[in-house]
Amino acid sequence: MMNCKEATQLLSQGQERTLTLVERLGLKLHLLICKGCRASERHFDFLRTAARRIGSPEP
Amino acid sequence: MKTDELQRVFAAMRSQMLRFARLQLRSEAAAEDAVQEALLAAHMAADQFAGASSVRTWVFSILKNKIIDELRRRVREGNVMDFAAAEDEMKDIDELFDQRGHWAAPPMAWPDPEAALDNQQFWVVFEACLDGVPPKHGRIFMMREILGLETEEICKELAISPSNCWVLLHRARLGLRECLSQRWFGEQK
Repeated sequence: MMNCKEATQLLSQGQERTLTLVERLGLKLHLLICKGCRASERHFDFLRTAARRIGSPEP
Repeated sequence: MKTDELQRVFAAMRSQMLRFARLQLRSEAAAEDAVQEALLAAHMAADQFAGASSVRTWVFSILKNKIIDELRRRVREGNVMDFAAAEDEMKDIDELFDQRGHWAAPPMAWPDPEAALDNQQFWVVFEACLDGVPPKHGRIFMMREILGLETEEICKELAISPSNCWVLLHRARLGLRECLSQRWFGEQK
């Protein structure tokens, strides 16, 4: 079973490349039992949303 | 668009553009130059714009390109930090996990993060966090997420491998997550 450090690595890389099937399954399994990493997943998504907002031309 | 109308749109955008450029370039003078050039280019294309929102979109994409050009120039001139040697900045991230790689203090869900996006004060904190993470992490995160470069382009620009790039982005995200938790979302440790 992967640990949280590895799981967050995959969460981050999932924003950069398509994860392999094995990686996706391993991550899914980890997220199922790990509340901290589930929170991190949402936080990473939020970081992306927020950062993109900075560069958007909306006033 | 008429010139005076365009001037008004430019004037309203200028401070937002400057802030954006300053954050990316870390230099008042370089930021001024980039904004000036972007506005000048927009000025010359004035008759193409149908309305204020198309001007804004256009000017911002020009500004992003100017910033990317400037970052490229710095890389070419060797005037950039050594992205391949990132080990010195790994310590603070390692402290987030215990020896088995589990969270030392597991992150908690953030209450209503979407609401933060409409809060002016949030952006001050977000920029402070971008400034507060190790410079390599902040720089690479901004290239990826704010300037919107693809990972491959960033690797090429900075002469690092994709896996090195992923490591830096992972660390940047962990650092930013931690910073926002503490400074905005009030996560208790």
